[in-house]
Amino acid sequence: MAEQGFWPRARRHPSFVAGGCMVALLILSACLSLLWSPYPVGDIDIPNKLASPSAAHWLGTDSLGRDIASLLLVGSQNSLLVGFIAVGIGLGAGVPLGLLAAARRGWVEELVMRAADFTFAFPALLSAIMLTAIYGPGLVVSIVAIGIFNIPVFARITRGAAQAVWSRDYCTAARAAGKGPWRITLDHVLPNILSVLIVQATIQFAIAILAEAALSYLGLGTQPPQASWGRMLNEAQSQMFQAPMLAVYPGVAIALAVLGLNLMGDGLRDLLDPRLARQR
Amino acid sequence: MTQVLLDVNDLRVGLPTARGWAQALRGVSFSMAKGQTLGLIGESGCGKSLTALALMGLLPERAEVSGSMRLNGTELVGMAEPQLCQLRGARMAMIFQEPMTALNPLHPIWKQIAEPLRLHQNMGAAQAKARALELLERVQLPRARERLDAYPHQLSGGQRQRVMIAIALACGPDLLIADEPTTALDVTVQKEVLALIQQLVREDGMGLLLISHDLGLMRDQVERVMVMYGGTVVESAATSELFAHRAHPYTQGLFAARPRLGLPRGTRLTTIAGSVPDLVDLPAGCAFADRCPQAQADCRTAMPPLLTVAPQGPSEEAHLVRCPHWRLP
Repeated sequence: MAEQGFWPRARRHPSFVAGGCMVALLILSACLSLLWSPYPVGDIDIPNKLASPSAAHWLGTDSLGRDIASLLLVGSQNSLLVGFIAVGIGLGAGVPLGLLAAARRGWVEELVMRAADFTFAFPALLSAIMLTAIYGPGLVVSIVAIGIFNIPVFARITRGAAQAVWSRDYCTAARAAGKGPWRITLDHVLPNILSVLIVQATIQFAIAILAEAALSYLGLGTQPPQASWGRMLNEAQSQMFQAPMLAVYPGVAIALAVLGLNLMGDGLRDLLDPRLARQR
Repeated sequence: MTQVLLDVNDLRVGLPTARGWAQALRGVSFSMAKGQTLGLIGESGCGKSLTALALMGLLPERAEVSGSMRLNGTELVGMAEPQLCQLRGARMAMIFQEPMTALNPLHPIWKQIAEPLRLHQNMGAAQAKARALELLERVQLPRARERLDAYPHQLSGGQRQRVMIAIALACGPDLLIADEPTTALDVTVQKEVLALIQQLVREDGMGLLLISHDLGLMRDQVERVMVMYGGTVVESAATSELFAHRAHPYTQGLFAARPRLGLPRGTRLTTIAGSVPDLVDLPAGCAFADRCPQAQADCRTAMPPLLTVAPQGPSEEAHLVRCPHWRLP
């Protein structure tokens, strides 16, 4: 039986390697920007506006003369922050709700799942716009809005996966040994659905980045002078014909981040699938 | 008079199904003395496993249970879940049919054996692990010490069933329920596992409820056999008595349908005509009436009562049959 650890198999999985590299690049650039960026992002240099790429400005400057490379680097912080917190909110609230629904069944399950349906009924972007209309635009509101959208996603997937585990014989055996529903949930159900959750978290991370970009593009997310890829797209729109590259850079950054996360999620799904792990 | 371990009286279980309410158990009554071994036999869907699940309190949530089940005098029907949790694994334990799936693939086996110990006897990890080793040695798992940290997929079916037995025995229960413990195992391993269960039950003075559809297996393993059909007990007798005299037409059919070695080539195996009745739509009378060669009009009107074939002797249990037209062959 050729049973291998996670890493030896991961190294030979092309989409996991490609996705992992892109995600690593994203995280590295965010870390780097915390320590150093070519120029401070707030620096406006009007005489040098709309400059072409040069040794001084690697990717050129925008309509206010800000350095594009610095904006991109610092903007990655924003995307990662949104991804982590929004997925964190979704995991933190959705997973316990899903586990509760699967463990208790009956009206508890009904209540949780109908509440999830209700939240799901509003498109994410629409509920985000609604929240910003109430609380005013800003990074925090957009993160919370995206996070709330993640809760039913995780609640549903957790309940589905947990129900499958609950119907397994070893859960019946654990009940026969006198274990209560909470101990079974923690000892048997959660470890067995962890891989499903990890994969889903990666995918939701990508969706959160996209959603933040969309909100910022609409002017509802990150506010100036904070750097954000979505807002860069928005600002580039007015110079679409003079300086098309201004829209291309942040667009490519968003696309690469999302692609990387999705590839990594796909790879993880294959790698964490126990049926494939125990291939003979 | 020996002490009564388990007393089941008129146990009825209704289950919701897609096609309506199914009367899965229709008045099951029996009792077991401390240390007694009892076999439950019948074909698929007759209610054997359901009886076991009802005893353990593991029926589906929407099942309706009525009647009475007393373990050491404590009523189990209607008992609250937290109290049941304290009994399960401690006073009564169960061995499942499929050792391949009844162990969690993510935990090493010592942890799974230690679970009931930590839960019911408040043992610490080190103490529970030491006890797990003793238990694995008791169930004669070869190289037990090395296997403590093994994962279920590293063990064979027979070895896993030994682990399951160790888990069931961990807290020294009074009642051990074994639901077809050897059905999923190789024939060569079946005998070993049964002999092991038998030996452990005798050593610990546990009551054993052995569920099986295998007649041959019952003969050597239990003192008394109950035959179930359509959710009721149709015949109950000491094992030797039942193997010698079968009164119920269903039991007779069941024994006649056993394949035997040494029959001339080309002999057709005997079968019981018809199929198991639908539990959603059971007849008012005897559930076996439609397949019974001796059925008469009164069989279909009301459920026949349990009649005595042979009264309780000094050493043997009474021989009871649920058939008004019983006759010994």
